[in-house]
Amino acid sequence: MQNQQPGAGAAGGETLRLELTGIRKVYPSVVANDGIDLQVRPGEIHAVLGENGAGKSTLMKIIYGVTAPTEGRMKWEGQEVVVTNPAHARRLGIGMVFQHFSLFETVTVVENVALALEGAPDLATLSKQIEEVSNKYGLPVDPRRLVHALSVGERQRVEIIRCLLQKPKLLIMDEPTSVLTPQAVRKLFDTLRQLSAEGCSILYISHKLDEIQELCHTATVLRGGKVTGTCIPSQETPKSMARLMIGKDLPVCQHSAPKQGGEVRLRLAGLSHAADDPFGIDLKDVHLDVHSGEIVGIAGVSGNGQRQLLYAISGEEPLAEKFPVQICGTEAGRLAPDQRRRLGMGFVPEERLGRGAVPRMSLSDNALLTAHNSGMVKNGFINFASVRAFAADCITRFNVKAGGPEAEARSLSGGNLQKYIMGREIMLTPKLLVVAQPTWGVDVGAAAAIRQQLIDLRNAGTAILVISEELDELFEICDRIAVIAKGKLSPTKRAAETNVEEIGVWMSGMWPGVAGTETKSAEATHA
Amino acid sequence: MLRLQARAEPSQTMRYLSPLIAVALTLICGLLIFYTLGKDPIGGFKVFFLNPLKDTYSIAELFLKATPLAMIAIGLAVGFRANVWNIGAEGQYIVGAIFGGGVALYFQGSTSPLILPMMVVAGALGGALWAAIPAALRTRFNTNEILVSLMLVYIAQLLVSWLVHGPWKDPEGFNFPQTKMFDESAILPILIEGTRLNAALPIAIGALIAGYLFMNRSFPGFQMRVAGQAEAAARYAGFSAKRTIWIGLLTGGAMAGIAGMTEVGGPMGQITEHVSQSYGFSAIIVAFVGRLNAFGIFLASLLMALLYLGGEQAQQYMNLPSSISKVFQGMLLFFLLGADVFVNYRLRVVHGK
Repeated sequence: MQNQQPGAGAAGGETLRLELTGIRKVYPSVVANDGIDLQVRPGEIHAVLGENGAGKSTLMKIIYGVTAPTEGRMKWEGQEVVVTNPAHARRLGIGMVFQHFSLFETVTVVENVALALEGAPDLATLSKQIEEVSNKYGLPVDPRRLVHALSVGERQRVEIIRCLLQKPKLLIMDEPTSVLTPQAVRKLFDTLRQLSAEGCSILYISHKLDEIQELCHTATVLRGGKVTGTCIPSQETPKSMARLMIGKDLPVCQHSAPKQGGEVRLRLAGLSHAADDPFGIDLKDVHLDVHSGEIVGIAGVSGNGQRQLLYAISGEEPLAEKFPVQICGTEAGRLAPDQRRRLGMGFVPEERLGRGAVPRMSLSDNALLTAHNSGMVKNGFINFASVRAFAADCITRFNVKAGGPEAEARSLSGGNLQKYIMGREIMLTPKLLVVAQPTWGVDVGAAAAIRQQLIDLRNAGTAILVISEELDELFEICDRIAVIAKGKLSPTKRAAETNVEEIGVWMSGMWPGVAGTETKSAEATHA
Repeated sequence: MLRLQARAEPSQTMRYLSPLIAVALTLICGLLIFYTLGKDPIGGFKVFFLNPLKDTYSIAELFLKATPLAMIAIGLAVGFRANVWNIGAEGQYIVGAIFGGGVALYFQGSTSPLILPMMVVAGALGGALWAAIPAALRTRFNTNEILVSLMLVYIAQLLVSWLVHGPWKDPEGFNFPQTKMFDESAILPILIEGTRLNAALPIAIGALIAGYLFMNRSFPGFQMRVAGQAEAAARYAGFSAKRTIWIGLLTGGAMAGIAGMTEVGGPMGQITEHVSQSYGFSAIIVAFVGRLNAFGIFLASLLMALLYLGGEQAQQYMNLPSSISKVFQGMLLFFLLGADVFVNYRLRVVHGK
């Protein structure tokens, strides 16, 4: 039903909304796009499908005028155009929601939106408009908040709202659903379908095959900067589309039943912590046990306290008291991150560049960042040979595509850097591993490899805590799942005994046993 | 049309070529300045750049000037690499000179061989103490160390001025604002007979080697580099941001303090109002021209010393104003910053349009 071709009757005579011919983009070190043709009709939801590094984002940046193509032509509503910059693109009626956000951190949401508009809009009126759009499309965000205090998911909502306010004729969405609840995804899809019915074309970039199948009319598949096929998603299976996208079948994780009765490796015993940031989420009486040999997942819409919870567990923000965080039997609330590591904790943060790794340092130096306790430092001096050996070993064992131990961290793709950071933490043989967003922005092949590594590690007896906004992922790898909403943590439930729907409801703050006043949607208070 | 294009990777060649380009451009512009001032540019070049190298005495003078510059610059580099911006080395140098000189004055008449080592320690303490003020304010109240350290320079200048006009003034000094001359036992020994080159040079070379080992080989040095490049990563790894700030500022302060002490306990032999010839500021240029690297700083300090001496020569033989040294220093920094753009960018010729 939903996948019917738009304007099917007028297919012949109708002008295309967008037509690209032979687009080629050469960067100093790589050919990102190599002769791409693409046609988008009015009202069409067109998927652009491909792994990380396939050239999707580059192509979208060319359409939006962020970068100029090396070769190739673009026609907008039948007219040949050269889009010189994003402002020009917006005047034409092209809006874009970026995967990596393009917001100014130091000003408020409404000011950010105003910056993208022509002229000087009245901020009070604009705030109202933002709230309207945000209610209409189920994208809660407070226009008065400062962007730097927003979570990843909230920033994305701002980006979406900013585009919708401009009533675009073509909306480009780069991986928009990765940080939404299943219910919110459905709401977003309703919005997109509504926009499509109103005649707005949508370029929908994703690697989530089920979403594309549900939403999109047509799909163009990219691999290595070239078009490897076009298809009608409703007539394909995820398997056949995956083959077009990665050139082979989608890998599946092997998951065996969990072992029973492991020892407690991480205990959160009534962890409460007021965020130092006035707009941050306070943690309220969080209780959780993670045992050896199991994977516990924490689901939740971003901005509900995940960041604060991770800071409290990792020690990046030490607590005032010792008991609320217990690592391998030691009360560790006041310890610094490196002291907690010595107790046997490994930690993979959500941001890879700049937090999990230093962008301009080599992979070797980045190994030293957390692995320095394992014999790499003698009398205060670094044993460079052993550091390099560790990095080289990590690169081979975890199949990291990199120029070698001397390659700079920022030269790696997101997926490969994540594999490297995961590998580094795993090689330290942690008793407890805490992982945030393990596969955020990672291509399907690498994501499957990372998930399999987590499962293997759990089978070897490690206690693993995964905080992720991707529910499918949590259901794929976790033994037990809890939900965080407004800084509170739900009880855990065995993954086999629950489902996406139930967890989705919990994600809005409504799980059994919460006090009456708290049963309102966590998001309702934002609106 | 010319266009700047971002490089995929910062160019390593340009990183090391850029100081050389800056030197060459400074030279060319210097000659142009001589020419526009109506001086013979070739003659000017000889006076400015070759006269200071003509004999052993001149070369010893060159090393004498380079010594405090190298000491201060290597100390600053430790902080700069960690994004700790100590701009007040000039003040720390002065306080180091006061502390070191204070020891010499206090033990006047003594011939103990311990006086010089005590002066070095006192100089280091004085400089570190002055640098501890911005460090404490930064770690406690998150103040900006650039402003605080810079403002403390002027306080240090007034402090030394007050001392030599007041309590420490030499009673037999014909009312000149200066202290008594130090005893022989409080003056650094001369290395080469007939020159003024003294034992500060081996101290500076030791500092350069220690700086190299700390920054490039040691784990605390690595921690500071991480803190300088990616604060969140340092926090993630558990490296203390406060410790980074303290080490960065105290190292710079201590080295500047020792440099100040070696000046009053070396060629000057007393404390005057003019203990510093803005070595503390020039050393910032030395640190950057030397790419915050020990060997680079060694070469850059010699170059900067040459500009100091060349400026003096130009005053003597060409009747140019004393600010000519400053002009050359300024040009050097200017061209260095300009050339550094090409570390991350390349120039492309774009045809048409």
